[in-house]
Amino acid sequence: MWSKCRWSTVMFSFLHRRSSVMSQTPPIVSVLPTRGLVDEKFKVLVENLPPGRPVTVRSLHHSDNGHYWEAFGFYTSDHRGTVNVSKDQSVGGTYTGKEPMGLLWSMCPVPGSHKGLRLRKLNMCSPMLVNISVHSGHEGFRDGAPLASVLVERWYMAPGVKRIDVQEKGLLYLFSPGPFPGILDLWGGGGGLVEYRSALLASHGFATMSLDYLSCGQPVFTYVETAFNFIKDHPQVIADRVGVVGLCLGSLPALYLAADSTVVKVVKQITSPLLLVSGCDDQNWPSFETAEDINQTMRAAGNDHLLSRLDYPDSGHLIEPPFSPHFRASTFVTTNKRKAMILWGGKTKPHSDAQEDSWRKILSFLQQHLCCSLNAKL
Amino acid sequence: MVLKSLYFTVSQDTSLGGTYSGVEAMGLLWSLRPVPGSKPGLRLRKKNVQTPMEVTISVYQGHQTEGFVDQVPLASVLVERWYMAPGVRRIPITEEGLTATLFLPAGPGPFPGVLDLWGGGGQLVEYRAALLASHGFASLALDYLTCKITLETGKMVDNQYFETAYRVLQQHPQVLGSRIAMLALSLGTSITLRMAVNSQVIKLRCAVCIGGSHVQPSDGSVKEILTYFNRNGSKTRFSEKNEVIWRDLLLPITTDPSFKVDMGRLQCPLMLVVGEDDQNWAAYDSAMDIKEMMERAGNSHLLTILSYPKTGHLIEPPYTPHFRASIFRKADTHEKIMVLWGGQTVEHSHAQEDAWKKMLVFLRENLYGGTNPGATLLSHL
Repeated sequence: MWSKCRWSTVMFSFLHRRSSVMSQTPPIVSVLPTRGLVDEKFKVLVENLPPGRPVTVRSLHHSDNGHYWEAFGFYTSDHRGTVNVSKDQSVGGTYTGKEPMGLLWSMCPVPGSHKGLRLRKLNMCSPMLVNISVHSGHEGFRDGAPLASVLVERWYMAPGVKRIDVQEKGLLYLFSPGPFPGILDLWGGGGGLVEYRSALLASHGFATMSLDYLSCGQPVFTYVETAFNFIKDHPQVIADRVGVVGLCLGSLPALYLAADSTVVKVVKQITSPLLLVSGCDDQNWPSFETAEDINQTMRAAGNDHLLSRLDYPDSGHLIEPPFSPHFRASTFVTTNKRKAMILWGGKTKPHSDAQEDSWRKILSFLQQHLCCSLNAKL
Repeated sequence: MVLKSLYFTVSQDTSLGGTYSGVEAMGLLWSLRPVPGSKPGLRLRKKNVQTPMEVTISVYQGHQTEGFVDQVPLASVLVERWYMAPGVRRIPITEEGLTATLFLPAGPGPFPGVLDLWGGGGQLVEYRAALLASHGFASLALDYLTCKITLETGKMVDNQYFETAYRVLQQHPQVLGSRIAMLALSLGTSITLRMAVNSQVIKLRCAVCIGGSHVQPSDGSVKEILTYFNRNGSKTRFSEKNEVIWRDLLLPITTDPSFKVDMGRLQCPLMLVVGEDDQNWAAYDSAMDIKEMMERAGNSHLLTILSYPKTGHLIEPPYTPHFRASIFRKADTHEKIMVLWGGQTVEHSHAQEDAWKKMLVFLRENLYGGTNPGATLLSHL
């Protein structure tokens, strides 16, 4: 006959053994897909947690220039011990609410980093490596080791895309065999050769050339025209299907090519369709006001039917490919080599939504006008 | 007026012909076959798992069945298919005389372990272990027929070799020693069932056996099993194309208990995956006999059988192209023969996809689950 005392000892040791067995079962974090393009969405799932457990899901990235970036969300596992980042609400961290891609777009430099950093991929031929991990608890999650983690690759270049160094100081990204519609990709006043948007556009089927038009030593508009000709005449490019994408300062030569340039006979001044993307909180360039002005000018000229506008409230100047982290300000090196902290503007969540929305619409616009067998005849 | 561009989606639209027909999202992979003019009896297997399988997907004008090489495609893309997820580590293992490769999942660990065995062709076959590691299992691919010890001494390995492999896996700092499974195909199944029931060293959390049998001499090891099969060699049949059919070597299933693993003594969950058109091993008949043995012994609650009609012997990871027959080189005698594996391509490919999903769930529940391993619930399968 078991005494009461002995029963409780037995029960306690049974429960203790059960809980220690349970605490041994490791959680599993999985991301689908583990390899994808930077503009592709992913699903992050954590399973095998004890039910009702507060956890932090965190992303960590070591950038090409040696800085660490992170994002994290606070979650609680459901009755099955699962956290589904695509469906569940984050209650704190660098993003809140239901945000499937929050672990990327809300990334910021880890505590203790320099001020004014900006995350940009320098080497296109390697992926952006992001470590996604799950930690116990919310505040103070850094105190313990991660419970589990996976590594995710985010690529700017799809398989098969080639990167070709062109002597006219540009970089051409394309597939084989072609031919393809072409794009001239122009960046802004920071100068240098910025490749990542070109690589991404090539991954979507456009032979894209990125151009350093500020340090070429030639007049900008002449140089840009030469580059445009180069693309048009390239054997793997369809000559009458070439477009221009310009950001910031780069939109000036883009508009020039679409309007006054004699090279672009096919599109005849501003009879080529034009898409203007503006952040209404742009603190660097009066892009919204500029777009309004262009709109009025074209309305007066009778060709405003060619104009499409995407204006995003609370978005800043740097409208980048989707899921790129937002920086309200960052260090910028001017053309006379001086460092300044520049305010770009924008609030993180609306700016990130704008990046996702505008990229989809930019691709759709480019595909409609450069890829379709029947042009829009208006 | 703007006209929309025309498009079609392979995963939703119907193929009207070619190497596959109907709505088949993955038909472009599983119905791959050697191009016209290739040597007969080829089999597609990835040797180097650290690089992807590159597949070019292209579109041609009209409905073509041949001559693609001479034509220019309208468009094409390159796709990478990987066996190793980012962060998975590949570690060659040679300690204690083993010829093996360990694949560790990404992350800090520790992880449950899987000992991965292949069949009578030998070699160190890594791709399934790499894929399992990509799903969170520390997996050890083991060569037990053409391993260094056998090549150097001319002697086949004994049961201790498998126990050593189990111990090496169990003692690895990033492996959970109490959560180890064995997963095997073909001859590997014979080893697995023998070890699962008889070994004092190997304590499995669960086992998955594909296309194999429990019929074998009760003593000895690999050599004795192969000798037993060779003794039944007169039961070999040939198809009308002169392909070797070994299915009958173990038929009818013996009633002599000294020539079968005593499945009534099995103590861990077991999943048997069998193709009903397996022309190489009597896997289906063996599975039925195992079921009977376990029902009589009272441990059949541990058994799950996945049986697939019109499916052959080589039940591989999903989207692996199906081969009804291929050249096979026996590891013990080195003879090269055309062997009939069986299966019809469509059904076999669907079986591979279904079986893999269920195998992963089974491994996940038994190796990652916190509940009593003897009471695995598979009702949702």
